[in-house]
Amino acid sequence: MLSYATRRVALALPLLLGMSVLVFALMRLVPGDPAVAVLGYKATPEGVQALREAFHLDEPVPQQYLRWLGGVAHGDFGVDFRQNEPIGRMILDRLPVTIELTLLAAACTALIGVPLGLLAGGRRGGATDRAALAVGLVGVSIPDFWLGIMLILGLSLGAGLLPSGGWVAFGESPLKNLIHFTLPALTLAMSRAAVLGRLTRAAVLDTMHRGFVEYARAKGLSERAILFRHVLPNAAIPIVTVLGLQVGYMLGGAIVVEMIFTLPGVGRMTLDAVLERNYPVVQSTVLVIGAMFMLVNLATDLLYGAIDPRMRRR
Amino acid sequence: MSWRGSRGVTLAGLLVVAALALAAALAPHIVPGSPTEIASTQALRPPTWSQPFGMDDLGRSILSRVVHAYRVSLGVAVASVALALLAGAPLGLVAGYAEGAIDQLIMRPLDVLMSFPAILLAIALMSVFGTGVALVAFSLAVVYTPIVARVVRAAVLAVKVEVYVDGARALGAPVPRLVLRHILPNAATPVLVQASVLMAIAILVEASLSFLGVGVRPPTPSLGLMLADGRGFMVQAPWMVVFPGLAIMAAVLGFNMVAGGLLRIEPVAQAAGRS
Repeated sequence: MLSYATRRVALALPLLLGMSVLVFALMRLVPGDPAVAVLGYKATPEGVQALREAFHLDEPVPQQYLRWLGGVAHGDFGVDFRQNEPIGRMILDRLPVTIELTLLAAACTALIGVPLGLLAGGRRGGATDRAALAVGLVGVSIPDFWLGIMLILGLSLGAGLLPSGGWVAFGESPLKNLIHFTLPALTLAMSRAAVLGRLTRAAVLDTMHRGFVEYARAKGLSERAILFRHVLPNAAIPIVTVLGLQVGYMLGGAIVVEMIFTLPGVGRMTLDAVLERNYPVVQSTVLVIGAMFMLVNLATDLLYGAIDPRMRRR
Repeated sequence: MSWRGSRGVTLAGLLVVAALALAAALAPHIVPGSPTEIASTQALRPPTWSQPFGMDDLGRSILSRVVHAYRVSLGVAVASVALALLAGAPLGLVAGYAEGAIDQLIMRPLDVLMSFPAILLAIALMSVFGTGVALVAFSLAVVYTPIVARVVRAAVLAVKVEVYVDGARALGAPVPRLVLRHILPNAATPVLVQASVLMAIAILVEASLSFLGVGVRPPTPSLGLMLADGRGFMVQAPWMVVFPGLAIMAAVLGFNMVAGGLLRIEPVAQAAGRS
């Protein structure tokens, strides 16, 4: 187990380094002088010069990169000249929103997707199975952001049940916080729940044919006992793995959802920075979200190894 | 799901996609009115028989705009996947066939690209290179290339140890012939499945990017842009957000059905979560 884990972690480090090179290089590809692009119409020669010095744009590019990387390694992402605030601090302030959204959405995904898949897989080919398959196929095809708009239209503007946007800190009022997260989390969860449902069904069907299930049936166990005691624990391995990968993808989906529901998370920060052509911030948030995505995938891999001993030998 | 049933799903998906593509191709001849002409007297008119999707805030026919927007959606989907195939398939082929150092040299940098959520990488690329239809297709192609390369590489690795490949090699077939005649055709099915999933995702991502303001530029009709416009009017004119969204869903569903049927309904859309 240890060697499997070390191998995976050892692969992650060069990947992180590569990601930082890519993000840094990408932002250097911005056409024209980045200082001018960032300052826009407000650019004065003095302002451009000050920015060039602040970001060390006069140094050779490799040196700029090393300086930036050195800072990032210490959690120092530089200062955002617009808000005049350290970028690292801005990210730290917004990260809890994105993480809470992602975790709540993951919980919704599991709570909707797994029962759906069990329902479908338990009786293969039946009406429930076919209905669940169709729901799954349609669910996968719903655009997140459109679902969000429809939920706002129906549940908040129409029925007035839930807020259409905004955010309350958990420390201030846990209940209000959760109420504000309900629609965003559902929006982010729905299409992933459809995927997870289809996967759960496939995993259950795959396990159903195994010898030990036949044996349990021959022993006279009820179908329910077979499903929950023998099939589900074995089917859980792919389910947990895919859910882990989905948590990663949700970090990307969060950008759109945070925008629709005006949540102050890192995704919205990224988008705002992109629209303002605020490249130092884009560079930092893209790297942070990318690194989180990679770490979630790494954690999923490790978890996979932990729950399925067969994987460690690969 | 039986083989016949899954073939039916693929066929139905192909029909949906073909119908939408045909409508997009014939757009100017079949839609009720111009997609860009502004008529303030018609603003926010609800759906009628002659305008089944209603009118937007500028009095433009939403049906006309939807059908024209499919040109962008499908164009981006086809162009991005085609570009990714052109770039990714040779890379995956060489990596899988050569293995060893060459494999590492090709795949490790591609892993870096795959370490970002697709939409995030696409947004980052758009922020650097600017907006517009061609750039959306290009950004998506960059995002897709490593995915295609991985699928092709895996297929090549699986196929190249087959006996018939050994046989061809023993008969003295030169490497290019071996690869193109005996190995590549066997990678076709997984690549086809992946291609249709990627087209579904392309439609979603193009709509998302345009919705967020970093994709297609107005006044080009795009389903994402229409949703962004409609958000401000969704209480008075819900049809402005309902129909463009359904239109996105129909196209995505079509491609997902093609892929789903090809895989015999087993878990296809894992990659769909990437959007």
